[in-house]
Amino acid sequence: MSAPLTIFEKIWKSHAIVEDEGGQTLLYIDWLLCSEGSVHAFSILRREGVKVRRPQQVFGVVDHYAASGGPRMEDIVDEERRNMVRILERNSVEAGMRLFGLGDPHRGIQHLLGPEQGLTQPGVIILCGDSHTSTQGALGALAFGIGGELGHALATQTIWQRKPKKMRVRIDGRRPRGVSAKDVILAIVAKLGHGGALQHAIEYDGETIRAMSIEERMTVCNMSIEAGARLGIIGPDEKTFAYMQNRPYGPRGGSEMEAAIDYWKTLPTDAEAAFDKEEFIDAARLSPMVTWGNSPENAVSITGSVPDPADEVDAQRRAAMERSLEYMGLTPGMRMQDISIDQVFIGSCTNGRIEDLRAAAAVIRGRRTVVPALVSPGSTPVKMHAEAEGLDRIFRDAGFTWGESGCSMCVGMNGDNVLEGKRCASTSNRNFRGRQGKGSRTHLVSPEMAAAAALTGRLTDIREL
Amino acid sequence: MDKFISLTAVAAPIDMDNVDNDQVIPARLMRKQRDEGGYSKYLFHDLRFNEDGSENPDFVLNHPAYRNAKIIVASHNYACGSSRLGAVYTHYDYGIRCVIATSFGDVFFNNCFKNGILPIRLSADATADLRSQLHAQPGAALQVDLPSQTIVDAADDRYAFSVDGFAKRCLLGGLSDVALTLEREHEIQLFEERHRRTFSWLPVGIHNEDVTR
Repeated sequence: MSAPLTIFEKIWKSHAIVEDEGGQTLLYIDWLLCSEGSVHAFSILRREGVKVRRPQQVFGVVDHYAASGGPRMEDIVDEERRNMVRILERNSVEAGMRLFGLGDPHRGIQHLLGPEQGLTQPGVIILCGDSHTSTQGALGALAFGIGGELGHALATQTIWQRKPKKMRVRIDGRRPRGVSAKDVILAIVAKLGHGGALQHAIEYDGETIRAMSIEERMTVCNMSIEAGARLGIIGPDEKTFAYMQNRPYGPRGGSEMEAAIDYWKTLPTDAEAAFDKEEFIDAARLSPMVTWGNSPENAVSITGSVPDPADEVDAQRRAAMERSLEYMGLTPGMRMQDISIDQVFIGSCTNGRIEDLRAAAAVIRGRRTVVPALVSPGSTPVKMHAEAEGLDRIFRDAGFTWGESGCSMCVGMNGDNVLEGKRCASTSNRNFRGRQGKGSRTHLVSPEMAAAAALTGRLTDIREL
Repeated sequence: MDKFISLTAVAAPIDMDNVDNDQVIPARLMRKQRDEGGYSKYLFHDLRFNEDGSENPDFVLNHPAYRNAKIIVASHNYACGSSRLGAVYTHYDYGIRCVIATSFGDVFFNNCFKNGILPIRLSADATADLRSQLHAQPGAALQVDLPSQTIVDAADDRYAFSVDGFAKRCLLGGLSDVALTLEREHEIQLFEERHRRTFSWLPVGIHNEDVTR
């Protein structure tokens, strides 16, 4: 009998072309997604005088620079940004890759597009030049972000990787009312710390994860990188198999799907498999979370207060807290619920899926936002789905701006910025200094909590609304 | 790619933990093309420069003694967050050839090797000692030697570091990892044939336009 393995090890092994040479393994890549940021990678190909090796396994995706104000090239705010999209268009045509470009009804943030198209499947390796690729691990794929390796990946359809260590985060217990998947992952990041999972691959498991929908699992896997992890992954189950039905690039029904499911059933972590590190979370004890600082680990319960740096014994950490509080314009001891906000953003690869929009819409139905609020669905299919359900009407009637799909205000590259000194309750994944625009102040929350904040103009406990 | 063999140069201390890539290069500067030549200025742009474009004298790289630094000594989780190749380019174009830290964002760490920068992980104590020495003697140099995998500081203290064999070979020879991998074309092709039999349901080899299901 072979040694018990984790799902991560099984996928790693099945994709290893050359094992452990000088500490690294050469892995085969099933799918590669390239957004506008791939410009440098294509320059590397030109410099090396090589072509994209398997253009049928590579896709261009316009997401970071797509305008939320309209679907066309003219809607993009300036020439410099339009140029980023044009370069990707040109590189896609030249390489013979399919482009999910402006105007394509299947376009969206790459981490939504992969699963929607059925590219992301249990057991495959799918890579993008973007750190939130780990979102796609929710389907049992090995999915991680790459940067400088993208050129190598395009040229060879492979990547050299040092094998990360194995961490398991088990989440058990029933989530109380008002506690979403976002709150679960914020609590995990707060517990592990911003660098707590560096050089690790995290597998999430436990009854709370099993009870989650596939979309909720994506929200959890999405923020693995916020704890420093190389990737997040969840073993496939019946929900995964159901999600994979009728996807354009997924297995066709009948014997092809049966063969795929037979294989997928071999993937979950073996009972006796060992991990380098294990963490346990009791979901029943969680409450809705909100961040106060400039690191996603700075997450506390909405019933809590801004912490006091004076209570921190480590000088380095104390200095970081003081810097954050100054930047965020907060004082120690202030109740989180007393923090007023200037605007709201709902969307991103963390919380831009249909279930997220439904959750937010349920909160605001029939009410009015008191601050400017933007919804940018994570993909155009999500946008169309929401419109078919009438969610766009609910948002518009409540005074929200209903935008086009893309990365939008999560990273502010398309011009959707939070202005200097303004405070945004955001469903995105990062609250770094300047993340949503120079001088922007971000509070990370769930879609329900963002919707509640829009109605009251302050950080609000969804359970008390 | 430039070779990295050994380097004796001024080192600048950066004390903050969790320096994220939104600080290393703000998102709005990522649409700039590298050949326009601005990347040296983008390194830590919003920390280095004030609103009016003047230098922020408090930022370490603006201190006269550290201005010509080719080495950075940082703390925990350096260059974490967004995977931005631009984050490595800003370092390189500024002149940084070696970054020493307790830990790094994974993507940045890997990208360094592919762009002529040697990233080195040392213990928290060692990086703290080096930083306090650099604060005490601004402009002090470090010697970094890749073949022997050692660092020598101004007090002649030695620090050994580890590095993967493959990455070391690429840096020492200035070798492109793309060319090295493509030497294995035959192995990759054999693997692909086997892989396609296992994953027979993946529509590879079918042109994308034909995928209509």
